[in-house]
This record gives sequence, structure tokens and C-alpha cells, in this order.
Amino acid sequence: MPRRISIVAEGNGARRGNGEVKGSFKVKAGLAQMLKGGVIMDVVTPEHARLAQDAGACAVMALERVPADIRKEGGVARMSDPELIKSIMAAVTIPVMAKCRIGHFVEAQVLEALGIDYIDESEVLTPADEENHIDKHPFKVPFVCGCRDLGEATRRIAEGAAMIRTKGEAGTGNVVEAVRHARAVSAGIRKLQGMNHAELVHEAKQIGAPVEVLAECQKLGRLPVVNFAAGGIATPADAALMMQLGVDGVFVGSGIFKSEDPLKRARAIVAATTYFDKPDVIAEVSAGLGEPMRGLEIPAIPKEELLAARGW
Amino acid sequence: MQGAFAEHIKALEAAGARTRLVRSREDLDGLDGIVLPGGESTTMTMLMERVGMLAPLRQAIERGLPTLATCAGMIVLAREITDGMADQKGLDLLDIAVRRNGYGRQVDSFEAPLQIDGLDGKTFPGVFIRAPLVERTGDVEVIARHDGHPVAVRHGRITALGFHPELSGDLRLHREFVRLAAGQR
Repeated sequence: MPRRISIVAEGNGARRGNGEVKGSFKVKAGLAQMLKGGVIMDVVTPEHARLAQDAGACAVMALERVPADIRKEGGVARMSDPELIKSIMAAVTIPVMAKCRIGHFVEAQVLEALGIDYIDESEVLTPADEENHIDKHPFKVPFVCGCRDLGEATRRIAEGAAMIRTKGEAGTGNVVEAVRHARAVSAGIRKLQGMNHAELVHEAKQIGAPVEVLAECQKLGRLPVVNFAAGGIATPADAALMMQLGVDGVFVGSGIFKSEDPLKRARAIVAATTYFDKPDVIAEVSAGLGEPMRGLEIPAIPKEELLAARGW
Repeated sequence: MQGAFAEHIKALEAAGARTRLVRSREDLDGLDGIVLPGGESTTMTMLMERVGMLAPLRQAIERGLPTLATCAGMIVLAREITDGMADQKGLDLLDIAVRRNGYGRQVDSFEAPLQIDGLDGKTFPGVFIRAPLVERTGDVEVIARHDGHPVAVRHGRITALGFHPELSGDLRLHREFVRLAAGQR
């Protein structure tokens, strides 16, 4: 029987005696709904995690190194040590996410066994498979995946991603790529309006998108799952910019803990995400934050070191 | 402030209501009813405290503003919160004790059919996501249980749910809430 790739797929939920179904797509995508309007922060220690929670983060991403350090140090970047992940899970009450390598389904199994709340199949780590992403449907734990455009976003959703984020260019403190990717996704969806089904099938072929998911995007006028911005967000204004471009929330990686005053900056980014359409609030919280992270110009990065190019 | 507000807006508008986002104390003026959505209760409470919204919100609900609270919203209203942040303050408007993430982490999130008092017809599709567990109830009416634990309670014009009707596709609870709010005019 062909695999259903509809976003309403319920096939993988486990039914129990009391009528409960666990791990259905509805509860996997539902958690992302709860994160909306919020900020998810990269943390590398339990202390960072508590600081992020105190600042109002709606979730944290547990990592060994923030993307800026991964970029600097090079080498193969892998899933974090389970001990570190467990210590961060124990430190906070908000959801904890962790990254696995693209295509590395065993790292994902390990993260699921640890009881992590969300897995980021991430281009920030070194890919383990240069053709295939993880089949995310069989997992009870939900996945978030990066994208650069609508084709990539819909392929990830077809594989079972319950949440999408822009890739941006992680660890640069430069928001330009996240803007490019968010605009590409919304332009791709706008283009679908008014197409008849034959044209939609042709468009699906052009952008490498699964027809069913693309049809869902056309019907809803947006991605059928929650869509965050990530990669290069370093200031409250960056976060509000992404929100005004229509994303549902933001990830901030290196931008907080690579800055001079992380707590103050974290609180300011949370406020700017909530009040993204209130420039007076953004002005107020942006004042006197200290030095932001240094940041990198994208053309200064050798092509083979661009993280966004990873993933297929 | 933060959370699943967009889904509530969709459900309320489908039930015939006009809606607006409440992000400051001024936004509270002139409401016929308020929804406290799911999200992260720590984040929501902190943001409300920072902008001075906790006290006016508490006052408005105390004066009888119809309130629908789901998941994190239920936690925000509760008298006692366990497994929250060390200094997590609730609004203390609902005589219940809740344990945050009392059903476990995300991998334990589930769907289950619920029998809700006062709702005609078939069972209600309960969507539980890192849901709070109601461990004690005092001066409230329990209107639904799952596995013996209360999952929906009512007190005056407050309805608090441990699950997410806004994600269920079933509008019955939103319709009932809109009727209650419309009756305030």
C-alpha cells in the first residue's frame, strides 16, 4: 500500500486501551502551535537554559556548541552528548529540543529515547546522508526541519516534519539569508493562488514539491505546519523583521550567548517577538543592550562552508 | 501574548465572534469574553507581568468576564502550580491544583475522546499536548474526566480545559463560549 503523505496522516499513532492515541501528527504539529509567537534559544549548559527560561523563551535547543563555534572550529559536528541533553532537560520546565544530523535516523532514535520534546534535523550539523532525510513519520517525537524555499519546505513536510524553519545562515549573526528564505517561501505560496489543478501539478514538478502538500498550501494560503525563522537573528529588530515577514516565531542561536549581555538581550528579543508590530516597544527594549555578536558577511564565507546548502 | 492564539481566533470567528489580540492592559477594555490560550505558561505569565497586565486581567475575570482557558491558560488561572518555575505565580482564580506537564513530556502527548457534561451528541476529541494534570479540585464543577482525572472544570463564567479544543476541529465548546459572552451585552 502506498504511504499516505497527507499532512493529516494519523497512521503512526499508538492506540491504548483507554482510547488514547499517542504520537499522532495532530499532537506532534500541535506542540509547535503552542510555541507560536515565541522565541526558541540555543543553549549549551543548564545555566544557559535557566537563563533562557527566565528571559521568557518558549523552548530551548540543547547543543554542545552554538553554530558560531561549530563554524569556527570546523570538524564533524554531531548530536550532543546525551548527558548534556539530560542535564538541560532537568534544568527547565519548558520544552527542550535537540539536533540530529540530516539523515541520521539513529541519532534521532537516541534523542527520542531520551524523551526530548522536538528534534531538529539540522544542516548546522554535518550531514550523515547526502540524498535522504529521515523518514519522520514513524517517530512519536515531532521534528522541525530547515528550508530555503517552498519546494524544500514541502518535501520535509511530506517526510513528516511537524514544523518548518528557514535555514538562514546559522552562526553568522547576519539575518540576510533568513530574510531571503522566508520571502522565498511566502512568494512560492502567493504564486499558487489562482492556479488550477493542472497548473499546480506543473508547479509541483518545477519546484520539486509533493503535489498533495502543495495543494494544502494553496488551500490554506500558508504552510500547513508552523513556520519559524532561524539562522542569523541577532537583535530585537531582526526578530521583529522576521515576524513582520509573516513567520510564526523565531529561533535565536549564537545571537544571544555570543553577545555582551545575554539575559538582557534575550529578554529584549522575546519582547520584540511579542510586540513585533510596535516599533515604540522595539525601540525601548533595544536601548543599551551592549555589543551584539560580531557577525559575518555572507560573501566572506567560502562556498563550501555555507550551511544552508546542506539538505536536499 | 504567546501560544496558540491564531487557532482560537479561527475557531471563535467560525463560531460567529469578532476577535482581537490582547497584548496590553488597554486591549482588555470593552471585551465580552477572553481566551487564555495554550502555550508556555511561564512565558505568558512573565510577559503579562512585565507589561503590568496580571492585575487588570485578574480584576476583569473576577468581575465576571467570561473566560475560556486552555492548557497553559488553565495553569495561569490555578490556585496551586507544581513543577512550574520556582516563583511561578498563578492568578489564583480557580480552586484547583495543577502539575505542569503532569502527563509527561511531548512523546506522551495524546488524543482521547471525552464525555463533557452539557455537550450534546458524540464525544469530544480531546487533544492533550504536554498537558497539565489536575491533582486537586476545590470549589469548581468538574465537567469532564479522563482516566479518573478532571480535564475540564467550570467556576462561574470561567471554563478551564487541560486539552485543546482549538486544534480539534470541533467547534462546540467555542460556540458555547461565544453564546455565554454574547449574553453579557
